[in-house]
Amino acid sequence: MEITVTLNGKRLKAEIDPGELLLDFVRRQGCYSVKRGCETSNCGLCTVWLDGTPVLSCSTLAARADGREVTTLEGVEKEAAAFGRYLAGEGAEQCGFCSPGLIMNVLAMERELSRPTEEEIKEYLAGNLCRCTGYMGQLRAIERYLNERGGETDGENG
Amino acid sequence: MERTAKVVGSPVMKKDAMALVTGKPVYTDDIAPKDCLVVKVLRSPHAHALIEEIRTEGAKKVPGIVTVLTWEDVPDKRFTMAGQSYPEPSPYDRLILDKRVRFVGDAVAIVAGETEAAVDRALKLIKVKYQVLEPVLDFRTAKDNPILVHPEENWRSLCPVGADNQRNLCASGCEKDGDVEEVLKRCDYVIERTYHTKANQQAMMETFRAFTTMDTYGRLVVTASTQVPFHVRRIIAHALDIPKAKVRVLKPRIGGGFGAKQTVVAEVYPAIVTWLTGRPAKIVYSRYESQIASSPRHEMEMKVRLGADKDGIVKAIDLYTLSNTGAFGEHGPTTVGLSGHKSIPLYAKAEAFRFTYDVVYTNRMSAGAYRGYGATQGLFAVESAVNELADLLHMDPVALREKNMVKEGDYMPAYYGETAASCALDRCMARVKEMFGWEEKYPVRDMGNGKVRAAGVAMSMQGSAISGLDVGSVTIKLNDDGFYSLMIGAADMGTGCDTTLAQVAADCLCCDLDNIIVHGVDTDISPYDSGSYASSTAYLTGGAVVKTCDTLIGRILEKGAEYLGVSADQVEFDGKRVYRLDGSGEISLKDIGNRAMCSNGYALEATESNTSPVSPPPFMVGMAEVEVDLETGAVELLDYAAVVDCGTPLNPNLTRIQTEGGLAQGIGMALYEDVTYSPKGQVYENSLMQYKIPTRQDVGTIRVEFESSYEKTGPFGAKSIGEVVINTPSPAIASAVAHATGVYVRELPITAEKIYRGMTSR
Repeated sequence: MEITVTLNGKRLKAEIDPGELLLDFVRRQGCYSVKRGCETSNCGLCTVWLDGTPVLSCSTLAARADGREVTTLEGVEKEAAAFGRYLAGEGAEQCGFCSPGLIMNVLAMERELSRPTEEEIKEYLAGNLCRCTGYMGQLRAIERYLNERGGETDGENG
Repeated sequence: MERTAKVVGSPVMKKDAMALVTGKPVYTDDIAPKDCLVVKVLRSPHAHALIEEIRTEGAKKVPGIVTVLTWEDVPDKRFTMAGQSYPEPSPYDRLILDKRVRFVGDAVAIVAGETEAAVDRALKLIKVKYQVLEPVLDFRTAKDNPILVHPEENWRSLCPVGADNQRNLCASGCEKDGDVEEVLKRCDYVIERTYHTKANQQAMMETFRAFTTMDTYGRLVVTASTQVPFHVRRIIAHALDIPKAKVRVLKPRIGGGFGAKQTVVAEVYPAIVTWLTGRPAKIVYSRYESQIASSPRHEMEMKVRLGADKDGIVKAIDLYTLSNTGAFGEHGPTTVGLSGHKSIPLYAKAEAFRFTYDVVYTNRMSAGAYRGYGATQGLFAVESAVNELADLLHMDPVALREKNMVKEGDYMPAYYGETAASCALDRCMARVKEMFGWEEKYPVRDMGNGKVRAAGVAMSMQGSAISGLDVGSVTIKLNDDGFYSLMIGAADMGTGCDTTLAQVAADCLCCDLDNIIVHGVDTDISPYDSGSYASSTAYLTGGAVVKTCDTLIGRILEKGAEYLGVSADQVEFDGKRVYRLDGSGEISLKDIGNRAMCSNGYALEATESNTSPVSPPPFMVGMAEVEVDLETGAVELLDYAAVVDCGTPLNPNLTRIQTEGGLAQGIGMALYEDVTYSPKGQVYENSLMQYKIPTRQDVGTIRVEFESSYEKTGPFGAKSIGEVVINTPSPAIASAVAHATGVYVRELPITAEKIYRGMTSR
């Protein structure tokens, strides 16, 4: 079947197998930031935005994206780098394999929640597993990022 | 030139950080050629069986299928998948595909095709007739069981590790100092306890994967997510029975290893496909495969006997470890050693010790290397026994440890007879006690709502590289404009060694970190390095960097002196220039680099190898506070505080993250992670749904500090950090739970159900 998708701001038509997962589709389109860490919707590595909302691309059919906007880390590289510098500033990217999925959710959280508490951050990101860092460094990075950018973005938040 | 730590000890960002956080295609599957054949493995549904007949015609007819391989198509020459220095202590007990299958998930056939759909279809069309055999599933009955896991005649053990395939023994042995029985007789208190740790999965986010191609020269190029590129080269050559000269191994960015990738779990499958077909091939393990057919921690059961006098001085330690290596012996003979070598020496007052062990084959998934490598298991047992002893004596377990712990300068008979030349364990204990608030939290506080809070403590040690065996090497080249290339064979798997080794080089060469580019790993180009395991990279390869810089500086001085028209003893180098001691002339490094590219017969590069006669232990103390619901047994970890002595932290950010990450894995092991089997030998925890690694809501608050000793044999005083950090949570949390409930859970993980049953069965 054929679908029309706006992928990272670019409209494209593509032939897909009806059973193709969005994860495999975006990687086929060259969006290699999107990773597979499990097959059971547990790890959050494959997080992308569908019409701006985070979804697990490993359990979303590519066909579901027909006529919609799909955003991967490649589409928000500037924002990813801005937060990523905080993450790397703590050494909390470590192997980096879970970073893209985490960053997609951190950026979504920043839009959705105004000044989230530590508990709210942990809850929002509970679906993003990381085996390297023990999460503390990620938390330090997120809190610093939100604090230092809080002034700029407060008005736009929820 | 004076060596001072400037870049070393500074929390610089990893050199690859921005590529990683912006999602660049830098991992194995991102860079695999698009025309790779998809390779998958047909896996055994039986724990123990002989393949009587295997029919592949139907599978081969599927459009797009290029090859289907069975045991008849692979070399009948046994090898080991363990990434260890040759000759490996792990027995040669593997074939790429074997007629006998030894666990549920063992490889039966390899299928390669142009699409995943074709391969999946072909896998279903392979017809296998099995002669199902009785399996050995219980490791307690494996030794001398009439059912043999490896009856084959070409099974081989290369090292004297007490292995005997006719007894299901992968290794066995006994080490002792003094007369344990005699000392125990004299002790006021003797306790005997048995502890059981399970086969945890490393669960790195990037599963096992590799791709293979043929190069211009007819050689096999293996790009693998591995910690041990040079061992992969040897193992692939052994498995395929081809010359090592025919194999090149490349390591790109790695999505975590934790020891899992110290075993060549997946590489042989695409390698044989490419070697036989000439076509590029790749394998990407599913999480399911990574859970059922990989290289988890060795399950161990440990019987500890501790003898102490009435003052709580530990006089004797007797440890017996039974280790389950599963169907194959990867890392079996060596992991078991650490269960004694890295637990018993913490107690320096002991007059005698005995450490006995058996490592047995069973029809379960083969075990492998997992961060801690046996020390984790042994420390759960010994530290738990010490905690139980303290409780028995009504002594504060911190006070008991303060009386017994190993101190700087102590001789450690159970640690290869080495002396603790650098040891701040006492300072770690003092500091963690303060930052945790031990005096207020120990032993237990009733919260008045049916819940109690309680505290527990544990100590840990590990090694820094394998003494007298492993090798770290680097090459450094001076280039035009005076920048350096640092070529390493150690594998950065996310840990950051590309950066920390460059930090060491930057301070040795007195230059900025940006003046050093790092390249690793390509076995055709990188100097030989055993690989990133055994807590070796910072210490051993870091030491190689120091040596190489010294040699290179000598060459720069020679060349600079030549350009200045004097002898080398009349010049000095300050990182930016070579200058005459009499102040009459100088030449910049940039000019030396540029000038050396013309009319020069003296290479401005150096390679040095490093090995160490000692393996200086890092030390650590961890303290846990838990809250237990006395009605249900539900346990929540509230706070974990730890203080580490890793010598000089080369990069405080990265040592901190290593510590926090190791603690989180240790917490997972203590509270959540389990590998259990059905009566037929199938793994129940075959996904991240069942195998519960901690989320960010499960780890409580982790707080880490450092108390540094200075290790004279390490680069800038550094020891290792990677493994020591995983060991304390299990015993500390078990003891905290015991203080809360009176129930000592001696089999991991410590679940609400076990606590509840313990409370209700009293």
